[in-house]
Amino acid sequence: MEIPYTIHPRPDTGVYNAKLGVWLFLASEVMLFGALFSSYVLLRIGSDSWPHGYSILDWKIATFNTVVLISSSVTMVMSWASLMLKDFKKYKLYMGLTILCAFIFLAVKAFEYNTKFGHHLYPSTNTFLAIYFTITGLHGLHVIGGIFVNSYLWGPGSKMWKTQPERFTNRVEVAGLYWHFVDLVWIFLFPVLYLL
Amino acid sequence: MGQKEKSAHVVTSAKKEHDKHESEHHELGFVRKYIFSQDHKVIGIQYGITSLLFLLFGFSLMMIMRWQLAYPGQEFPWKWLADFMGQANMPGGIMLPEFYNQLGAMHGTIMVFLGVVPLAVGAFGNYVVPLQIGTIDMAFPKLNMTSYWVYFLGGVTMLVSFAMPGGAANSGWTSYAPLSVIATTGQTVWLIGMVFLITSSLLGSINFIVTIIQLRVKGLTFMRLPFFVWAQFVTSFLLLLAFPPLEAAGVLQLMDRLAGTSFFLPSGLVVSGQPLAVSGGGSPLLWQHLFWFLAHPEVYVLILPAMGIVAEIIANNTRKPLWGYKSLVYSAIFLGFMSFIVWAHHMFLTGMGTTISTFFQTTTMIISIPSVIILTALLLSLWGGSIRFTTPMLFALAFLPMFAIGGLTGLPLGLAPPDIHLHDTYYVIGHFHYVVAPGTIFALFAGIYFWYPKVTGRKMNELLGKIHFWTSLVFINGVFMPMFIQGLAGVSRRLYDGGAQYAHAQGVLQWNEFMSTSAWLLGLAQIPFVINFFWSIRKGKKVEANHWDATTLDWACTTSPPLAHGNFKVVPEVHRGPYDYSHQGAQSDFLPQNQPGEA
Ligand code: HEM
Ligand SMILES: [Cu+2]
Repeated sequence: MEIPYTIHPRPDTGVYNAKLGVWLFLASEVMLFGALFSSYVLLRIGSDSWPHGYSILDWKIATFNTVVLISSSVTMVMSWASLMLKDFKKYKLYMGLTILCAFIFLAVKAFEYNTKFGHHLYPSTNTFLAIYFTITGLHGLHVIGGIFVNSYLWGPGSKMWKTQPERFTNRVEVAGLYWHFVDLVWIFLFPVLYLL
Repeated sequence: MGQKEKSAHVVTSAKKEHDKHESEHHELGFVRKYIFSQDHKVIGIQYGITSLLFLLFGFSLMMIMRWQLAYPGQEFPWKWLADFMGQANMPGGIMLPEFYNQLGAMHGTIMVFLGVVPLAVGAFGNYVVPLQIGTIDMAFPKLNMTSYWVYFLGGVTMLVSFAMPGGAANSGWTSYAPLSVIATTGQTVWLIGMVFLITSSLLGSINFIVTIIQLRVKGLTFMRLPFFVWAQFVTSFLLLLAFPPLEAAGVLQLMDRLAGTSFFLPSGLVVSGQPLAVSGGGSPLLWQHLFWFLAHPEVYVLILPAMGIVAEIIANNTRKPLWGYKSLVYSAIFLGFMSFIVWAHHMFLTGMGTTISTFFQTTTMIISIPSVIILTALLLSLWGGSIRFTTPMLFALAFLPMFAIGGLTGLPLGLAPPDIHLHDTYYVIGHFHYVVAPGTIFALFAGIYFWYPKVTGRKMNELLGKIHFWTSLVFINGVFMPMFIQGLAGVSRRLYDGGAQYAHAQGVLQWNEFMSTSAWLLGLAQIPFVINFFWSIRKGKKVEANHWDATTLDWACTTSPPLAHGNFKVVPEVHRGPYDYSHQGAQSDFLPQNQPGEA
């Protein structure tokens, strides 16, 4: 016997197992980042002075990064849509672009961190920088996680397209949900840390 | 017997689905089958054994502490054990305060995160939930295996922390900042261990929720789920949503300890006469908020599965439907929701202000309502039943008054004015131990006695079981009841000498020896259980698959169902609610859920 609803949705719930699983995982991620954002609010309210993000951080380069990440979300959708249209070549292309964008994002982030360290601005310098490094660092780890998943689906994992195309399409869809979430977190992070 | 055969036939005729995998199934090697197994039953047993060992270990830590509390500063009587714990911790057999703190913090951590939760959710949930919803496994078997092994890693990490310079974590299981931030390396290891345990719980809870929503068999609507499944369902949501904030808090505390940040360190902190060289500007209260945002829901994680087990056993042994099944379900859901907005009742004394206190004391009073409904429904279920006093039933019955004591003593703690007097006293320790020890742990024992025949095909010995029950009941009350007396007199918790140097404690000090002796006797009272547990595997009385004449699907499959998706030969179909006992006009006094027709 096989576990049911691994590929096709269960009629009365309308989802297949992995999709529900990922939504639940994302709910827990919301709580994780929600707690960090709440900590930010609490620390900021409780402090005597709090620098404006734009006076310490480079909002221009971060705007560029925002664009990069949003584009990667678009290409991610395109890669899934290509599979739905049974166009494997296009899938490879769009998924490749998604991964590329993720690397660009990380490179920019590394450059930003480096500049800060160069100016002797560390997590221990003040609470603003502490929360900045912690949240963006954790978000960066999520990006790295996404790179691993997407690279697997782009490379070795894509063999499944030949044997079980539906299952493979599901996998890409689920990875996409995660990737959009990572993107979404950044869309909150960016104004809160860089602009306010 | 005849009845059972009939229902088995009914199952077969219900739906025939030929199973090609059964025949072409090849044998897995030993390692894949029993160690890195992906079968929910094996994983459940792995969780069960590991968590029972941790419970024993955590209990032993406390038995050692109780020596110091009964006879402060006196030499430990067993030299070999004192030597084993090392000269650095017990020079000349006398326990150092630092070591007492380590034992206390690790006792709490181990009992909660490595003992009770993995046993209640990891073991019982894993073994029983898929069977009760009539499916072949959890939705994500690989993830299930990963959960167990990550939990195992977390456990090893916690054990290793004892070997760190300065020993294990010593800031209490609550790890309040700033104390925990400036504590020895053991705290860092504790945080890493917690990250493992949290990850494991998250993976597990996702798996449970998906399994329950997606894999219920045909006919098993939500309102036909056994209450145990409901309890696990709500519990999983609590784990899923409450743990991430603690993970966030853990990350922040790791940053404070390793990267020199000041999330939890206020400005101008002076340690041992030296101003601390940090940027400051942080908030120790932030830790408490994040911690209790998890830890209050966590107490429902500790109690809900226990209520589920008790409900199953009570319905089965009173031979009648549970009283108010729907109220039970709605209460459990409401409890789950409410548990997210009561956390700051642990913080009335932090000076957070009367408005906030009022809010949290109101929500706390509201949350006590569904708990009382559940308890009342279970109590009323006994009404008019012809009760079978089996060992599991005894433990389940004892759960009711014990949990009631624990719950009712919580009410004064939830109101800010009395809590000013009671906070951080032994009264609190008495309160939550009534909930988790004679409450939850008794329910877990009940569950072990109840499902043992399903797992092994044999029954545990009734006489040993009854000895285990009555002695445990007496001694456990001997341990915890006097804590209320001491606490009301104002004796603080976490005191290295049990209050000996405090004037106000003198009148109640004599209880320390009594409680310690009870605790050691309680330890001895577990020996019949251990003997019974192992002896019955080979020598217990052989029983049939549905030994208790139960109605739920876990009893419709064979004893110790075959591994690798072999739970049910044919997918069962459900035709009725979970507790159709003493059905009017039926031939037997129970109708299994998979039995079609009216009677
Ligand atoms: C039945 C045997 C047990 C005994 C004799 C016992 C005794 C104690 C005592 C005396 C304390 C207070 C230590 C202090 O504050 O100085 C304590 C704390 C605690 N116990 Fe137990 N306990 C038992 C079982 C359990 C169980 C089953 C659980 C878990 C569900 C548990 C969880 C805790 C927790 C969380 C604390 C607080 C630790 C801290 O303050 O960090 N205990 N226990
Ligand atoms: Cu609470």
